[in-house]
Amino acid sequence: MESAETTRARFAMVIDLDRCNGCGACATACAVENNVPPARPSANERTGLTWQRVYRASNGRQFPENRSVYFPVSCQQCEHPPCVSVCPQNAVDVSPETGVVSQIPVRCLGCRYCMTACPYHARYFNWFDPKWPDGMETTLNPDVSVRMRGVVEKCNFCHSRWQAAKAKAAAAGKRDLDPADYVPACVEACPEKAIVFGNLDDPRSGVAKSAKSANAFRLLEKLGTEPKVFYRSDRAWVRRLADADVAVQEKEATRG
Amino acid sequence: MDSSLILRGVRRCSTKRFLAWLAPWAVMAGIGVFAIGLCLVKGLNQTNMDNRFAFGLWIFLDLAVIALGAGAFFTGFLLYILRRDELRAVINSAVVLGFICYSGAVLVLAVDVGQPLRAWFTFWHPNVHSMLTEVTFCITVYLTVLAIEYLPIVLKNRQLRKVPSFLVFEGELHKLMPVLAAVGTFLSFFHQGSLGGLYGVLQGRPFAFRDGFAIWPTTFFLFILSAIATGPAFVLLTTSIVSKISGARLVRHGVYELLAKISGWLLIIYVGLKSVDTIVWLNQTAPRSGINPSQFYAWQPFGTWVLIVEIVLLGLVPALIFMSPARRRSLPWLLTGSVLACLGVALNRLVMTIQTLAVPTLKFEPFMTYWPSWQEVATFLFVIAYGVILYSLSFRYLRLFPQEREMQKY
Repeated sequence: MESAETTRARFAMVIDLDRCNGCGACATACAVENNVPPARPSANERTGLTWQRVYRASNGRQFPENRSVYFPVSCQQCEHPPCVSVCPQNAVDVSPETGVVSQIPVRCLGCRYCMTACPYHARYFNWFDPKWPDGMETTLNPDVSVRMRGVVEKCNFCHSRWQAAKAKAAAAGKRDLDPADYVPACVEACPEKAIVFGNLDDPRSGVAKSAKSANAFRLLEKLGTEPKVFYRSDRAWVRRLADADVAVQEKEATRG
Repeated sequence: MDSSLILRGVRRCSTKRFLAWLAPWAVMAGIGVFAIGLCLVKGLNQTNMDNRFAFGLWIFLDLAVIALGAGAFFTGFLLYILRRDELRAVINSAVVLGFICYSGAVLVLAVDVGQPLRAWFTFWHPNVHSMLTEVTFCITVYLTVLAIEYLPIVLKNRQLRKVPSFLVFEGELHKLMPVLAAVGTFLSFFHQGSLGGLYGVLQGRPFAFRDGFAIWPTTFFLFILSAIATGPAFVLLTTSIVSKISGARLVRHGVYELLAKISGWLLIIYVGLKSVDTIVWLNQTAPRSGINPSQFYAWQPFGTWVLIVEIVLLGLVPALIFMSPARRRSLPWLLTGSVLACLGVALNRLVMTIQTLAVPTLKFEPFMTYWPSWQEVATFLFVIAYGVILYSLSFRYLRLFPQEREMQKY
């Protein structure tokens, strides 16, 4: 019997930094969608959980030439992910169907070696037991498992939404997903429509076109990790921030 | 009170004095147990580690004690494989030190991971591409080897050897020693290397990433070399400290000289290779990753002074001390050299663990620092207290230094 499976895809996103206003809606939507617990009172900015962190950077000049940009940074879904080969117990998985790098929390030892391997600081450890204020458990997404204390977690391009889209396509007897059925929460929530998501292998997709545009770039490209999260900006100084060699440091302004 | 357990012909302090010596260490261990309990029950939020400093004091401790514990396998290798019989004088002590270092490291690792009960997963579905898998396998097996090597030393206790079957068992185990030494050497070479490889393979961390040969980055070889170079120095250092505290002459000075000589030659080779590695890394490997290497040392307190202290003051200087026959005849020089060499390997492990994580990778991210919480420090001190207590008991009741009885005649 022929099963209704999707064909191979390489899901990716392009974030237009000239549109991003740093509102943090992407980070909030992500937390709600993926059952990321609220920060505990004793947590700080470095021990809290967020799969999407919004950094602020500037061009380093004085007023009135000073300009800012916001960088939403989640797991960069690398083609050559440095976190996969280091995990001692195969708790980091790359899906051959989607190219998405995902964490298997129930297998994770919590050694945090993957976190030291990730140059994008996109992996987060559950330093605390996940806890929701009374009554707020009812808002949990039933399609996403809650992670336990002591394991690592990160963005997986809303895996549950991909599964739902796959199930919908299968029910309709189709092999391919309808692109409109698989949209991660951050993409959906962005009021500026700054994030384009889709299959990089589909030349007709918006993401494939944007990723090839002249002003598209990726973070720390020289490391050879080949991220599938692209950024674009018409401003040259913003594009230069992607390289490690630019001496501009700014404290992050917005956190999810 | 416990004189019937103490080896004949050696002097040991009174039971009361011995207990008074143990008491502060026991208190330190007790505080450590409390801290460990807090971490296990309440979770790793009890530490000051965070998403950026995912590794901290404990991983540094593991790497440092495992490097110092290399004295166990390397002395065994020199004695049983290369037949340097002079080292029989310290082999028992080296085995106990190795056991303490490795068991301490495994214990701290069990606290350090978020889900200790899942430790067996590494054996059940291992990722054979991970350096950490290799480290886990080798350390577990080698700790078992060390336990088996420790056993005949325990069975030689004055009272235990009265049991005939123990004596036979001990004799049989003794015949196995060269095999165990060979197994220990093989395992140790690999896990010391893999501990270095752990950092060297991090392509996303230009501060740690190194080129190498086949699947092994240069840190793989440098960690092996630095561990076997400082292992003998640590055996020398501990033997002379025990000698000073117990007031007993334990080994002939020639043994110290031999340990220092071995350490010195290995250290000088290490310093040479480490220097070449540093030059290649700063001029080729790091720039290829898109990093200007001056940025590695742009953040205080991690200035270039760290590199100079590590390679020159704590590498070249002890190597030159150990290589000079005149210096080797003087115990104070030997102790100075040993302390510098041991600090050198510890600084190297600290740099690879902490500085690797402190140097920012994303340029819109700030430099961050880390300072351990009291729970982390107390757990660290627990390992030291545990080591001192186990070593003290072993020294009192077991024959750690075969030359001791003979030396007391002089």
